[in-house]
Amino acid sequence: MVPTLSVDRLRVSFSHRSGSIEAVDRVSLQIVPAECVGIVGESGSGKTQIFMAAMGLLAGKAQVSGSVRFEGNELLSVDRPTLNRVRGSKLTMIFQDPMTSLTPHLTVGTQLAEVTVTHLGMPWKDARTFAGRMLERVHVPEPKRRLNQYPHELSGGMRQRVMIAMSLLCEPSLVIADEPTTALDMTTQAQIIELLRAVRGEFGMALVLISHDLAVVAGLADRILVMYAGSVVENAIAEELFKHPRHPYTAELLKCMPSVTGPRLDRLPTLAGQPPRPGEILEACPFAPRCSRAADRCRVERPQLEGSSTSQAACHFPLTS
Amino acid sequence: MDGLADEAARRLRSNPAAVAAVAVLCAIVVLSWLGPWFSPNNSQTLDWLHIAVRPGMQSSHWFGTDRLGRDLFTRTLAGTRVSIAIGLAASVISLLVGVSYGAIASYIGGRTDHLMMRLIEILSGLPLIFFVIFLTVIFGRSEYLLFFAIGAVGWLTMARIVRGQTLSVRQREFIEAAIASGAGTGRIIARHVVPNVIGPVIVYATLTVPQIILFESFLSFLGLGIQEPGASLGTLIAEGAGEMEAAPWILLVPGSFLAVLLLCLNIFGDGLRDALDVKDG
Repeated sequence: MVPTLSVDRLRVSFSHRSGSIEAVDRVSLQIVPAECVGIVGESGSGKTQIFMAAMGLLAGKAQVSGSVRFEGNELLSVDRPTLNRVRGSKLTMIFQDPMTSLTPHLTVGTQLAEVTVTHLGMPWKDARTFAGRMLERVHVPEPKRRLNQYPHELSGGMRQRVMIAMSLLCEPSLVIADEPTTALDMTTQAQIIELLRAVRGEFGMALVLISHDLAVVAGLADRILVMYAGSVVENAIAEELFKHPRHPYTAELLKCMPSVTGPRLDRLPTLAGQPPRPGEILEACPFAPRCSRAADRCRVERPQLEGSSTSQAACHFPLTS
Repeated sequence: MDGLADEAARRLRSNPAAVAAVAVLCAIVVLSWLGPWFSPNNSQTLDWLHIAVRPGMQSSHWFGTDRLGRDLFTRTLAGTRVSIAIGLAASVISLLVGVSYGAIASYIGGRTDHLMMRLIEILSGLPLIFFVIFLTVIFGRSEYLLFFAIGAVGWLTMARIVRGQTLSVRQREFIEAAIASGAGTGRIIARHVVPNVIGPVIVYATLTVPQIILFESFLSFLGLGIQEPGASLGTLIAEGAGEMEAAPWILLVPGSFLAVLLLCLNIFGDGLRDALDVKDG
């Protein structure tokens, strides 16, 4: 089976006055058809950059090496027209802030129709009708009226539904949702997550859910990748990860999640220290300075992802259940 | 559906100065095209019986005649027509060239942007007058050349304005979203970048029209523009300036047309800027 997305030893770095900064450091991952993968990590851990590289959206000064294959075809070295045929149709992205991701002076209908006109060669009239049907499928009330409205006339949640509809127009095989709920309030967040779950069942595409919030990912993802300082530190089936985290960083993260049912705490536990400054990573475990289990070996040798097919961790001394 | 343009039009209507300016502009335009129908005179015929007569209703020369006996009413209107036409044509040229040049340079960025902007700097370093003289010497004098020459230098500032606006627009997320949806560069520039910079561009274009009319008048005043027996406001003023002491109306009639025209265009441009500037709205 050809994986939907296959990232191999991807490296994204930015040159800077003080040297080069590794945003993504030799990351390999695979996403199989119809799978939902959650990518979790703190700001600057490189989780978004991996998929920006896949979509060809990296800033001009970024240096990329390695390989990103989508359904077997390399994306990194491909020319723009070829890339444009893939992105927006089979490989789509939902952005973090729905308030700014829609062009302000075009109606919602025009923006949606443009996608199918470009990719499927649909006539404009059919494309608009199709866009209306898609809005209905993502539960936008009064879809006919919305088609003629401008983005500023819709609420944030509604706009994110429009973005989701847009990402689904050409029956994609992979949708990348980059923090799709971060800019929304709590109740809308829950609705959008629910919607993502529903469309995944309906369209059967693979879904990547990028978030800094384990709770957002928890209900939806089949598999979760935890990123730290530009590399994947744990890759496990969701249930396994929550029950038996193997990397100390994951374990610490889980401790930081507030629980509704557990004992009431005066203070949420936090993780002491800071992630390494970009560019500082040497041949050592990047988490070693903050890790309670760190030994001498962690400071001289970088751990690789190892373990069973259901749970892998990049740690010399993984936690055992 | 409450479009952004409707909103701007509503704000423009609530600005009395701008409304008045638009009314006067319309009146001048209508008068300059329809006025000659009501006058028995022709702008180029010499009336030997009425040489340099004063304005008044006693003869058919309502605005008087010049020292060759030509009717100033029809001549001034003909000159106004030419001036407005040059102003509009040159503005349209500068709009088309400037907007596409600026948007392309800035959106593509990098070395392309660098080269394209250096070219603009070189061109704007050339003295304008020399440039126009140069063109008229090479290609001979014609109205179309004048349109072209003025438009060709008018787009430089427009391109700079558009480039600056585009620089901020291309950082916005919806551009990234458009790239991610597989739209090509040309489509993104035309559909997502240019419409978003159009506000300041329209305002600048409105303010370019009077500048160009003035510049044309200046060239004609120097004898580089419209040639006799044709007339533009500039040539009429140049002619009138020679007779200023004996027959001041030959200067004053086209002079006041020019002044009113420029004033109204500027007030309209200012009003438009206020109307399109959502930040202050």
